[in-house]
Amino acid sequence: MNKDTSHINSLENEAIYIIREVAAQFERPVLLFSGGKDSITLVRLAVKAFYPAKIPFPLMHIDTGHNFPETIEFRDRLVKELGLELIVRHVQDSIDEGKVKEESGKYSSRNQLQTTTLLDAIEEFKFDACIGGARRDEEKARAKERIFSVRDDFGQWDEKNQRPELFDMLNGQIELGQNVRVFPISNWTELDVWSYIEKENIEIPSIYFAHTRATFLRDGLIWSAEDDVVYREDDEEVVDRMVRFRTVGDMSCTAAVLSDATDIKTVVREIRESSISERGARIDDKRSEAAMEKRKQQGYF
Amino acid sequence: MEVLKIATAGSVDDGKSTLIGRILYDTKSLTTDKLEAIESKSKQLGYDYLDFSLATDGLVAEREQGITIDVAHIYFSTAKKSYIIADTPGHVEYTRNMVTGASTSQASIILIDARKGVIEQTNRHFFINNLLRIKDIVVAINKMDLVDYSEEIYNGIKADFEELMSKRDYQDQKITFIPVSALKGDNVVHKSEKMPWYKGEALLEHLEQLDKADIFNVGTPRFPVQYVIRPKTDEFHDFRGYAGKVYGGNLSVGDDVIVFPSKTRSKIKDIYFYDEKYETASRRSSVTITLEDDINVSRGDMIVKEGDIPTIDKQFTANVCWMDSNQLTPGAKYVVQHGVNKVLAKVDRINHKIHPDYSGIEKDVTGLGVNDIASVTFKLNKPIFYDQFKNHRTNGSFILIDTQSNSTVGAGFIQ
Ligand SMILES: Nc1nc2c(ncn2[C@@H]2O[C@H](COP(=O)(O)OP(=O)(O)OP(=O)(O)O)[C@@H](O)[C@H]2O)c(=O)[nH]1
Ligand SMILES: [Mg+2]
Repeated sequence: MNKDTSHINSLENEAIYIIREVAAQFERPVLLFSGGKDSITLVRLAVKAFYPAKIPFPLMHIDTGHNFPETIEFRDRLVKELGLELIVRHVQDSIDEGKVKEESGKYSSRNQLQTTTLLDAIEEFKFDACIGGARRDEEKARAKERIFSVRDDFGQWDEKNQRPELFDMLNGQIELGQNVRVFPISNWTELDVWSYIEKENIEIPSIYFAHTRATFLRDGLIWSAEDDVVYREDDEEVVDRMVRFRTVGDMSCTAAVLSDATDIKTVVREIRESSISERGARIDDKRSEAAMEKRKQQGYF
Repeated sequence: MEVLKIATAGSVDDGKSTLIGRILYDTKSLTTDKLEAIESKSKQLGYDYLDFSLATDGLVAEREQGITIDVAHIYFSTAKKSYIIADTPGHVEYTRNMVTGASTSQASIILIDARKGVIEQTNRHFFINNLLRIKDIVVAINKMDLVDYSEEIYNGIKADFEELMSKRDYQDQKITFIPVSALKGDNVVHKSEKMPWYKGEALLEHLEQLDKADIFNVGTPRFPVQYVIRPKTDEFHDFRGYAGKVYGGNLSVGDDVIVFPSKTRSKIKDIYFYDEKYETASRRSSVTITLEDDINVSRGDMIVKEGDIPTIDKQFTANVCWMDSNQLTPGAKYVVQHGVNKVLAKVDRINHKIHPDYSGIEKDVTGLGVNDIASVTFKLNKPIFYDQFKNHRTNGSFILIDTQSNSTVGAGFIQ
């Protein structure tokens, strides 16, 4: 394949520039860490941005309680190896405190509920900038996002009134109570992220690689039957399949894809050849055409 | 792989979003699920064709109103190139978003509705593209299907546009005309049989041949310091690194440098990219530099090579695109963000307003309204180190930030 890395290098340089701007322009930044490949990539970029100093801000994981066990193990190991500070806030706590109500039924997930926990944590720690791994190629409302995206006191995105963003000048001036969501890998595609993971030899959780898993089919998508947070009807038949995951969000709304790719090289090849976009495997976006935009207006990452 | 960043331009409904959707469709870049979504939505809206603008108009309000409000960035690649296309809004109200999309692009596609020809918004967008010194422009005369693919109409519009072109400031800008139908796909990815009189290339064929000449960084090296890295660990006890992006040209170990504003002289000791040391930092790379001497350097300072220094001044004159509904008036104060450096600025005077159809300038203006373009002189509370925009894109441009709302209210190009 094409071994020319100039494209990925320029994306890397751009992301490092953005991450440094965050450290310089804000008093209390945080990197939102989900344990997924995009946030692992962000951590790698942040390490590079500040070497030989440590990353000058903490990581924060909003834990839905619906994680793949592999991602949590991986998260804790990464944080320890790099000597980083990790903050964890639990959606379960927001539920127990009565701030949000658990969804029920076939398509229930905790994806929406995360927002409340996130906004509370931002307030608790007075974070003024949250770095996230969202990319513009993920979804068409995401494609509209700025690199520095201002949110009001309620975490809301005013999508019709975004600040102009010219050249590479990033305006991080905000009022007290506002915060900025920062997306350093905005211009990366899913393939770029995978190529970068391959090039940099970055370790990622094992569920990203093909493995045999007890699964069932619904709406043409493959769901894990191994974890009790994924709702399954009695007539949905469980079959062992060779699968991998393309994203590792809330387990209850993350479908798997059939795959033989047991190493990074074959994953990259599969992604290159695949014809379904990554979010096609996320049921929360299929709920309605505007699902992502609505969640973002409410403060979702 | 080469990357080409392109922006669209042109008035509302000229077909920008449709054109991009068509390119994605004809290059088979739409994934199955995205294509299905477009098919079902088009059906739901009662169309007997596929509405490709649905591929990029990602906001609810956009789909409701059938217009683009904010820039969407779209990614696709061919065997030859990777493309990033910024689909910008044509509506006057959202011109600021069009400038956002165009500011990072190397090439621009200006669409014109063949039934309407060159109109005010075409002038404005062309003017902005020229002001931004975008090297390659494609003028796509669209909706040829609605004018019977008429050569005469195409030639008429081309002649009108050529007249506009003759007056442009940046004459080296390359301009290519292509008659297309975004909706039907004529001359977009594939050459059309409906316009045998057109001998040129289809749009994508043309884009494939553009070189990705790095217009953002030509000139001499400038290194604005973004962040000072002081690890204070045992191993790196005395390490003092200056993190930043190299603009304009390369910097090498051993180069004699001057640090502004202190004008202290030193030499580049090491260039780090992560844990590796390099002899040379090429332009656009985000590196960390150490200097031979222990001098005081902080964020906003600029390291440049001896012999080729920027202008240092507490005032400058610039062409400004004003983007706010509140007027810019003489005496008003703004924050000027020049790269990573911020200074307080006062509007000294508005020299003149410029008509985007090149029909002349207007003197004695008391204020600038939204979308006005004007020559403005600013006084600063601290000197900045700048180059003229025409010589150095990054070091010659700035944004204006409102001190009350913190919003970005203008863009400037130093003269
Ligand atoms: N017949 C015909 N209709 C077209 C063509 N291109 C676009 N249209 C139609 O023109 C209308 C506007 O198209 P859009 O692509 O939304 O226009 P736009 O330039 O993106 O508009 P804004 O983003 O709001 O500035 C839609 O109804 C399209 O279907 C074409 O080549 N032929
Ligand atoms: Mg549009």
